[in-house]
Amino acid sequence: MQAYWTLTRRELASYFLSLTGYVIIAAAMFLMGFSFVVMLVKLQQDATPMPITELFYLTPFFWFILLLSTPVITMRLFSLEKFTGTFETLMTAPVTDLEVVLAKFTAGLVFYFVMWLPLLGCLLVVRQYTSNAGGFDFGVVGSTYLGILLLGCLFISIGCCASALTRSQVTAAIVSLGFGFSLFLLGVLADHIPVQATWQAQALAALAFFDQMHDFARGILDTRTLVLYLSLTFFFLYLTFRIVESRRWK
Amino acid sequence: MSDGLMIEVENLTKRYAGHTAVSDISFTVRSGEIVGLLGPNGAGKSTTMRILACYLPATSGTVRIAGLDVFHQSREVRRRIGYMPENNPLHPDMRVREYLRFRARLKGLGARRARQRADTVMEQCVLTEVSRRIIGQLSKGYRQRVGLADALVHEPELIILDEPTIGLDPNQIRSVRQLIKNLASAHTVLISTHILPEAEMTCNRMVIMYEGQILAADTPENLQRLMSGSSQVLAEISAPLEALQQCWAQIPEIEHFDISPAEGDFFRCALTPRDGLDLRPQVYALAREQGWVLRELTRNRHSLEDIYVRVTRPEEEEEEG
Repeated sequence: MQAYWTLTRRELASYFLSLTGYVIIAAAMFLMGFSFVVMLVKLQQDATPMPITELFYLTPFFWFILLLSTPVITMRLFSLEKFTGTFETLMTAPVTDLEVVLAKFTAGLVFYFVMWLPLLGCLLVVRQYTSNAGGFDFGVVGSTYLGILLLGCLFISIGCCASALTRSQVTAAIVSLGFGFSLFLLGVLADHIPVQATWQAQALAALAFFDQMHDFARGILDTRTLVLYLSLTFFFLYLTFRIVESRRWK
Repeated sequence: MSDGLMIEVENLTKRYAGHTAVSDISFTVRSGEIVGLLGPNGAGKSTTMRILACYLPATSGTVRIAGLDVFHQSREVRRRIGYMPENNPLHPDMRVREYLRFRARLKGLGARRARQRADTVMEQCVLTEVSRRIIGQLSKGYRQRVGLADALVHEPELIILDEPTIGLDPNQIRSVRQLIKNLASAHTVLISTHILPEAEMTCNRMVIMYEGQILAADTPENLQRLMSGSSQVLAEISAPLEALQQCWAQIPEIEHFDISPAEGDFFRCALTPRDGLDLRPQVYALAREQGWVLRELTRNRHSLEDIYVRVTRPEEEEEEG
């Protein structure tokens, strides 16, 4: 347990010791700024019954930020250590493979969450200047952030898995981007499946990330979605664990 | 710990896809010894060390450290060893003290103990003055010492160092070597190197590896004796040529001699002894007796290549035969 905390702290600190962390946050803030502008324009045009989190979600930048930031956040987790050789010093210290995987995942997730915090600032500014106080409800903001966090779990775990596979950060980023983007496209497809479809198609419909995230942004919590995201995250973390462990297979 | 044995390697084999890196080796190291793994590049030294450090699994054979199996009791073993891999990888973005504390915590030391130990090893490795510097900006010599300090920080029973002096300048090599020597009293040390004098100076015992096998394992003195069969004595003497030839031919211990003119009126005599004897006292006594002027008297030291050639030769001859 001590190794887990030590390693998580170190991983998290390394985002902020190098320029990478700041660059990622700046890029995400840039895109959030865009969506903020779009939001303001929409609000000026006509009155809307939507909460502002939903307004934000409906700008195209949300998926941009999610799909682009997660590979960049996760690419260095394992690849860089394998490349510089510090993976050897790490794995010859008395730590378990599980601790290493979980610590790296946690650090990535916490950083991802920190990256999303400026959005809260945007939302608060809008709240300051809208006449309708009901547009900003802490419960809805909470559920939006929960959705962001759950999607983050999934995409960060995919990134961990890709990073554990290779020594090259670029390869890791491309693999996780490719995988994340495919999942996203499946989500797009899932949105267009009619209700009376075959069971295969309906199974695919479970991956309707658009609708699911839309629900979170409207303040609707669905346990099915929660279970889906968490189990997919567990699946990818398990894969990562096996990849790290495979070094010691005979 | 059984019979004071720190490392027990039995029939260790490691195969990678396509080639065998280590083939059926066995050796033991007692507690408190400094043992050098010696061999050219690709001899299987690093692979052996990585298996000992629980980084790679063995294909077959068993390795026990302090009586614990490296595969099945890996975590307990890793608590007991300090390992510095080849090329000494470090986190370049951290400061020296921060890195050592991080490593100490990672190795299971409590927060206070980690701080204390980090300070102690920094003193031991003469790093105190750079404790606040960023590792990436340190010179190679300092970085090597940071790696050593990391290997020491949790007070391991066994220290495994893979090529600790590679890429250092002579002064840095000397200081690292001194550091390793100082460790001897409290730890068992296994170091790998391809530089023979280094192993001779620091180790109680040497294990010579070549192409994944152990060719010889003995004390440096015994190995030197083993090798000295072909050692030559060089003497530069000012004397009449005929007298020299006559003298050398009369000494029965000299198997073969070769005389060539040197600078001035000196002759350079290369004398090959029988049975690996040291001819130097005899040559000196002779020169004094005859009243010759002697300006140089040395015995050829063996380079590692000679040893490889020497130790691998019997096999080649068998193959030819």
